[in-house]
Amino acid sequence: MDVLGILIPVSLFLGAVGLGAFWWMLKKGQFDDPDGDANRILRDDYDDQPKS
Amino acid sequence: MTATFDHIRPSACPACNAAPAAEHLADLPKDAKLMLSLPAIHCAACISEVEKALSAVPGVRDARVNLTLRRAAVQAGPDVTAEMLCEALARAGHEAHELDPGVLATTTADRQGRDLLMRLAVAFFAMMNVMLLSVAVWAGAEGVTRDMMHWISAAIAIPAVIFAGRPFYASAWGALRVRRLNMDVPITLAIALAVGTSLYETIHSGEHAYFDAAIALCTFLLAGRYLDHRTRASARSAAQELAALEVPRALRITEAGEETVSVADLRVGDIVRVKPGGRIPVDGRVTQGQSEIDRSLMTGESLPAFAGEGSIVSAGEVNLTGPLTIIVTAAGQDTALHRIADLVAVAEAGRGNYTSLADQAAKLYAPGVHILSVVAAVGWYLYTQDLRIALNIAAAVLIITCPCALGLAVPAVTTAASGRLFRKGMLIKDGTALERLAEADTVVFDKTGTLTNGAPTPLALDALPGEAARVALALAQASAHPLSVSLARALTAGGTRPADVTELTEVPGYGMQGLWQGQIVRLGRAAWLGADATPDTASFLGLGDAPAIAIPFADTLREGAADLVAALGAQGKRVILISGDSRAAVTRFARTIGIAEVVAEALPQEKAALVADLTAQGAKVLMVGDGLNDTAALAGAHVSISPASALDAARSASDMVLMGKSLAPIADAIRTAVSARARIRENFTIATVYNILAVPLAVAGLCSPLIAALAMSTSSITVGLNALRLR
Repeated sequence: MDVLGILIPVSLFLGAVGLGAFWWMLKKGQFDDPDGDANRILRDDYDDQPKS
Repeated sequence: MTATFDHIRPSACPACNAAPAAEHLADLPKDAKLMLSLPAIHCAACISEVEKALSAVPGVRDARVNLTLRRAAVQAGPDVTAEMLCEALARAGHEAHELDPGVLATTTADRQGRDLLMRLAVAFFAMMNVMLLSVAVWAGAEGVTRDMMHWISAAIAIPAVIFAGRPFYASAWGALRVRRLNMDVPITLAIALAVGTSLYETIHSGEHAYFDAAIALCTFLLAGRYLDHRTRASARSAAQELAALEVPRALRITEAGEETVSVADLRVGDIVRVKPGGRIPVDGRVTQGQSEIDRSLMTGESLPAFAGEGSIVSAGEVNLTGPLTIIVTAAGQDTALHRIADLVAVAEAGRGNYTSLADQAAKLYAPGVHILSVVAAVGWYLYTQDLRIALNIAAAVLIITCPCALGLAVPAVTTAASGRLFRKGMLIKDGTALERLAEADTVVFDKTGTLTNGAPTPLALDALPGEAARVALALAQASAHPLSVSLARALTAGGTRPADVTELTEVPGYGMQGLWQGQIVRLGRAAWLGADATPDTASFLGLGDAPAIAIPFADTLREGAADLVAALGAQGKRVILISGDSRAAVTRFARTIGIAEVVAEALPQEKAALVADLTAQGAKVLMVGDGLNDTAALAGAHVSISPASALDAARSASDMVLMGKSLAPIADAIRTAVSARARIRENFTIATVYNILAVPLAVAGLCSPLIAALAMSTSSITVGLNALRLR
């Protein structure tokens, strides 16, 4: 059971990384145009104005 | 949020950038940011075409399409105007409209949405971790291990619950302060009691801790809250977009010359010029010029009226032929347009309080749950004389009955339904509008601009002698008057070639005049040509001294109107046509479309009164209208719909807005509304069944945290899936 002492912090850390990533995406506005992003990937022409 | 974090970098969210851009618009005329609405784009190719077409316009530095919002944000030099961009897009085959970036500023709603989403994310993170730890306890961990799991759960759950549950605590506190009960009171109580007893149990190495239940409760309820918010926010932003389509500008004439000002800056006594085709921004008196004005949005009259020096015009009317100079007699809040707003306020007050299905459920539910848990606690206390057991039971009852599924039941269905209807071109502005639409049994239609396009087409062109038709075409082609434009189009389509008419001049307010084979020919109003005016819209053609020939016009049916009326009749709904137009025009129209009940020559007050009467007789009225004269009736009806071409005031008074030209989505909307109401009821039933099954266990003290977690998750998931079944 000693392994729990490592595993629990590890799982919490990984979860927190996920939460942080979500917060970052939210801040960067990655959910502002989901339809557009889904369609832009299908365009033939080179996207010379990528979302910065 | 993007706007707050980094002002300099252009973000992908045009709405976020619109706010700072709009603020600086006045200070930095060098770098204009234009917003366009693109209602018809739908695919990857559209994005490319639009961005290419926009970038090709000289002066445009950057163009970015947002497909989700169907908008484009354009960074351009000062000499680029929105009209140029719209034209460029029209050439590329895309419909585009200018948007007022000021109206689209980032609102508090956006911030609230992000805030809710963040809380949801935190709650979800905490729920997953606590659930993971709880699995160990459910699997049979004992003694020190179990205590450790409980302590770690507490360390995660307590801060998470405090942060994530804040919207509920605030709302519950707000309700309690005014001595009311709402859905959030049992929620808050359940969370507080669950966390409290669990902490107590954990300190005393107890067996049951409900940390997982408390945080799961928060997560599911926040999910419902977020869905609800998103539906309303997207409807609101689309409604804002419609408002932004009307950019309120006026041409003010000063000693220094003409200047373009915002309508809000006009004062009484100012002189404004209204170009042909422009909408009159204020109430006023004509001081110079002659023209015809279209009053159909204000009164429903389809016949354009003459306006000359001294004529009184009011805001909202459209100037047709000649430029008019108007002295402002009332601006802003004092215009006739705004007096109608008072009528709207009165009508809204008469609408009565609609209790939504969710409120009805909450009214039954909230007191029931409290009584049940108190009775269970008191019972157990009397039986065992042990306060700790009694409190545990009370917490278990509250958690089991907590309205996870109830909180999801309505938002999940309305989100699914309004998403469906949005794709079909219908915008739901109000959360309870769908429920009310499902109840409607009487449909009242306005005529001009609602069932018709509001644009007349000529009738009986075959009756025109060949020569006359050719002269008429020559005259009509030279004018921008809507009747002339439509006549020219119809004649050209019929294969007529224009006659050789010289010295074409437009006499504003009267018509066109020219010289043909040595005689004067005219196309215009009845009075000008010495003919008797007809009750219907008509243009008159005079060849020399011969008696004038009438060319009658009729409004065309809006796309889908006939099918809609037929479909409503088939559904057994009572259909009434009410219009401010002349009796002859209205009755003839009603016959063609198949409506039996007709009210003609109705004033705005009479429209509102008719709706109020019907409501008093117990009918649930669906009002469909577009004009200012319909606004009060729209606000007073049980539920109301207006087309996108309607005036801003009419759109804001109605619950739903049609985005496209066709009326067909209304029939779809009624069908969807009925099935949405059925789904909501089913969801309530499902939630109740889960409660009925689980509550006896909780009261009997047999409810373990495992059962609580299972009941909560399964009922929420079932309700969510049921909502997705919506067709």
